[in-house]
Parts: sequence; C-alpha cells; structure tokens
Amino acid sequence: MELTLAHYLSLSAALFTVGVFGIFVNRKNIIVILMAIELMLLSVNINLVAFSAFNGNIIGQVFAMLVLTVAAAEAAVGLAILVVYFRNRGDIAVENVDLMRG
Amino acid sequence: MEAIAFYALSAVVLLSALCVILARNPVHSVLFLILAFFTSSGLLVLIGAEFLAMLLVVVYVGAVAVLFLFVVMMLEIDFVALKQGILDYWVIGSIVAFVFFAEIAMVAGALGAERSDTFDPKPGAATNVEAIGQVMYTQYLLLFQVAGIILLIAMIGAIVLTLRHRPGVKRQSVSKQTGRTREEAVELKDVRPGQGI
Repeated sequence: MELTLAHYLSLSAALFTVGVFGIFVNRKNIIVILMAIELMLLSVNINLVAFSAFNGNIIGQVFAMLVLTVAAAEAAVGLAILVVYFRNRGDIAVENVDLMRG
Repeated sequence: MEAIAFYALSAVVLLSALCVILARNPVHSVLFLILAFFTSSGLLVLIGAEFLAMLLVVVYVGAVAVLFLFVVMMLEIDFVALKQGILDYWVIGSIVAFVFFAEIAMVAGALGAERSDTFDPKPGAATNVEAIGQVMYTQYLLLFQVAGIILLIAMIGAIVLTLRHRPGVKRQSVSKQTGRTREEAVELKDVRPGQGI
C-alpha cells in the first residue's frame, strides 16, 4: 500500500483537532493551552511539508520553517507573559485574567 | 514497509498529543509533547524532508519544550486545583473537534487522492538541504531576514517582560571603577602606636 497525500493530511487534521480539543478541555491551565497551540502549529507544519513533498515544490518547506520560527517566538513571549502574570498575581488561573475589564 | 512505519509513527503522535492535553501533571504533558515532536520528525524523515525533521528536533525539542519545562518547574502552582472542572467543556469541545475534523478530512480526502503522482521532496537538487538552500537564500532572502528579526524581537520582548530591577542589589560599574583616581581612592593616615584611627 502506497502512502498518499491524503494520509498525511488526515494525520495533520487529526493532530489539529486534538489541539483544538485541548484548548476546550484545559480552560484553566494556560500552560497546557500553550502546548495545545504548539501541537496545532506542528500539524500545520506537517500539512505544509506534505503538500511540498507530494507536489514536488520546495517552497512549502521554506514556509514550514517560517512557521517554526514564529512558533518559537510565540512560545518565548507567551511564557514570558505567563511568568510576569504569575509574579503579579501568584497563580495562573485563566478565568481571573479579565479582572481589569472596564 | 513505509505504510507500516507511517501508521506506527502517526499512532504514537496522536496518542502522545492526547496525553499532552489530558495528563494530570504538566511535566508529563511537556514530556509527551517532546515525544510528539520526536515522532513527527520521524514522519518528516519518512516523507523525505530531512532538514525540517532535524530542525523540528533542534528547535522544538531543544528550545521550546525545554522552555516549557523550565516554566512549569519554576512556577509554584497548585496543579490539582487547575485540573478541577477539566471535563466541564468536553461535550462542546468534542462536538467542535469532531465537526472540524470531519470538514478537514473531507477536504483532505477529496484533494489528496489525485495529486500523489509527482512525489519529490527535493526538486532539482541532490539533497533536501540543498534544495531548500537554493531558494531560501535567493528567492526568499527577505523572508529569511524577517524571520531573524522576529526572533530578535521575541528575544528582546521576553527579556523586557521578565526583567526585574530590585533595589538594594550591588552591581559592578566598570566606568566608576576605572574612573577612580589615586587621590580619591587611597587615603594615608598617620596612626600613633597604641591608638586606633
């Protein structure tokens, strides 16, 4: 049995779905929400690379690399914000984040 | 053979992704995240994208996952309280996830069946790395530079956010040190025997 593009796309869709489900389920734990976002970006990367390889076009892999860059930057800034929030409030419960609403 | 490897690796990826979002201890979540990244880099090797597979291991496992691990271990959080009410939203979450997956899977099934004949992970080059380098440093040089600037901004932003100036901490001031003269630094005292200063 030969591997086709549909195999990789289905895997990527399933991984993205797991990420979405993780955000819904872990509404309190912002660290796990960030990890779910990383999973979704990983699935996007798999998608880009699969299209790139199965269409014989290398540009998809270049874009996957850029997605990787943005994912790393997002993780760094998100965790920095998390550390500052924890330092100010003493916990990281997400439902208290809207305390400052007008 | 390839299909067996694909199914095994993707099963590991999906199971570890589920463990990431359902594990009780966030440290276990991070470790399962590392497992998911490793196995998906194996998937990328299977498809022929060796450079991105290595990049995934270096960037995700080496930097991002370790950053997560640091933060999880640094913050002192009652993780049991965070886990309470974890299943409050599983019904609507499952519905949204199922609808989403069905949509994407239908698109993937319609799109993927017909386009798998020109499989070539390294078009016009000897290796995958060469093929990427040929376009990245010529055609996409600007994007490459922008990616570097994004990383720089993220680094500066993270430092600015977490930097804390504490009063009362003694720090070294090099200009002050080297700017001292002998007159203000050394003082000669004539001390008589049997007396203090």
